[in-house]
Amino acid sequence: MTTNNLAEKSATENGVYDLAVQSVRELNQALHDQRHQLTCTEWKVLNPKGQHNIAVGVDKKLTIDIQGHAGYYCAGMNKEAEITVYGHAGQGVAENMMSGTVRVKGNASSSAGATAHGGLLIIEGDAGSRCGISMKGVDIVVKGSVGHMSCFMGQAGILAVCGDAGDALGDSLYEAHIYVKGSVKSLGADCIEKEMRPEHIEELTKLFERAGVTDQDPKHFKRYGSARQLYNFKVDNAAAY
Amino acid sequence: MSEKTKYMTEPRESATFDRHTLAEIRRAADTGIYDIRGAGAKRKLPHFDDLLFLGASMSRYPLEGYREKCNTSVTLGTRFAKKPIHLDIPVTIAGMSFGALSAYAKEALGRGASAVGTSTTTGDGGMTSEERGQSTKLVYQYLPSRYGMNPDDLRKADAIEVVLGQGAKPGGGGMLLGQKITDRVAKMRTLPMGVDQRSACRHPDWTGPDDLEIKIKELREITDWQVPIYIKVGATRTYYDVKLAVKAGADVIVVDGMQGGTAATQDVFIEHVGIPTLAAIPQAVQALQEMGMHRKVQLIVSGGIRNGADVAKCMALGADAVAIGTAAMVALGDNDPKWEEEYQKLGSTAGSYDDWHEGRDPAGISTQDPELMKRFDPVEGGRRLANYLRVLTLEAQTLARACGKNDLRNLEPEDLVALTVESAAMARVPLAGTQWIPGANNW
Repeated sequence: MTTNNLAEKSATENGVYDLAVQSVRELNQALHDQRHQLTCTEWKVLNPKGQHNIAVGVDKKLTIDIQGHAGYYCAGMNKEAEITVYGHAGQGVAENMMSGTVRVKGNASSSAGATAHGGLLIIEGDAGSRCGISMKGVDIVVKGSVGHMSCFMGQAGILAVCGDAGDALGDSLYEAHIYVKGSVKSLGADCIEKEMRPEHIEELTKLFERAGVTDQDPKHFKRYGSARQLYNFKVDNAAAY
Repeated sequence: MSEKTKYMTEPRESATFDRHTLAEIRRAADTGIYDIRGAGAKRKLPHFDDLLFLGASMSRYPLEGYREKCNTSVTLGTRFAKKPIHLDIPVTIAGMSFGALSAYAKEALGRGASAVGTSTTTGDGGMTSEERGQSTKLVYQYLPSRYGMNPDDLRKADAIEVVLGQGAKPGGGGMLLGQKITDRVAKMRTLPMGVDQRSACRHPDWTGPDDLEIKIKELREITDWQVPIYIKVGATRTYYDVKLAVKAGADVIVVDGMQGGTAATQDVFIEHVGIPTLAAIPQAVQALQEMGMHRKVQLIVSGGIRNGADVAKCMALGADAVAIGTAAMVALGDNDPKWEEEYQKLGSTAGSYDDWHEGRDPAGISTQDPELMKRFDPVEGGRRLANYLRVLTLEAQTLARACGKNDLRNLEPEDLVALTVESAAMARVPLAGTQWIPGANNW
């Protein structure tokens, strides 16, 4: 009851929203209002209990802590904010993120970071299928493993997987960079293993620094990228289409 | 005449292996690749020409042309959006991408649509400043590729159209061949210059109608429930698709028949997937009526709309508005006979040119070639489009008044009859001179 009273007092000023008594709509509106009038920079979301669309469309440098599990599209289209999910996240966490940081302390469901154009997504557990699908510039670090079809049609950005990758990694890949420490069940069409040169060690080292990952050695990772054989249609490649 | 030739008949062409079919077999054998082209289905299909209006006479009371009002305005997105879109005419411009079209062509579409108080729509590739600047009402397409997709543009939009498919290729993704991926197009789509862009056919972060409901709520949350959200489907299982779209929370449903155009896809896709626009409308309206949502969730119909009669017939069958794409391009000047010599050089002819994906459009519309683009004046193009849209509206009003209707949306199926059994069955209106609707009442 204490939190309820706290929330009822002045949620936009103390930055505490209790989703057991307040709605996701009220929370998101308050976060969006910060674009026009900044009343609070540090936010806490209590009792999320897997609700969908928490903290979507934020466009301000805020710190938002979600104290529990989040449903679909948490932190979708984030700009600038630093959002942490202290639990698991549902499908499409940080989808189409533009900038900022999203950290999931648990696991993430499928399509984590889908189509995201920028920012940093850290998943401390495992990620489901299609992690980084059509990524367009986001950097993603998964401390566990990723499911099948991850980085499908990845266009730009980095996907670093500290565990294993499922089937068809990097299928139809464009220019996203993929690093995997563990095993890769299979590579998708036009994705190949590439030489790990010093610039790639440096790229991964910097990414881990940004992500606060201190227990990984970039030298233990393998690099995967596009063979660029499917960039323009050739009938000789018909079997790959 | 020799005795030998005296009894010979004319050489007989095969209806099965006609000239086009034979040429296509030879082309396939030569190249090893299927034919890719733009536009919609070219085969003959049951269409709006197969319907006629029953004008007023003894049993109905006509309205005076030019003197008595016939409303053409429509408001879209009244279900959930705080700011529905009000259109002065019920003819909108369908989604066509910057990339498929030049920036000037997109600007002209905005100019033309704005001049007559209607909306235009972005496409696969994001929103350009030219387009936003010249469009008073702009619908932002939310596509599987999410090229150029960002929340800033989303908030600038007057409506959001979640695209599940289009009539030319239901179940297929986008395609923009490398020759049109110029520096600007590449940057907007985060692609290397010159690569073939093959967009995914389904969205990356949801897989079914239950997910879509959550996705739509996300879009509403991001835009603070301000703008309408459309769902666009290619016409196939339209009855079920419309019901699911309503359930998913659409404000507006766009149904695109197989005559609807595309910038580029396989010819086999265009000609063999989907159903005619005529067949889709009654399915959509039935679904809406059964859910008690007809006129509450507005219906936009597209695919082969060419004149005011087509507009009026769509509305009589229950649409709230229509969208045009191919016809708008023609109004801008695409396929104009003045470029005949150049169309011939490309192996085509004015009126048949559909290799829009190659980027060599002599009219300078479906191209990114700087020299060809210079041929197209966006101000003049916008004026031509506005003229055309006015004519569509005047023609539709003429027909509505003749049927005694003071609002285009008062037209009804009862005002129509069909010329063929097929069109009667599809449109669910009686064969002219009879009371027979094939399929109705177990007939």
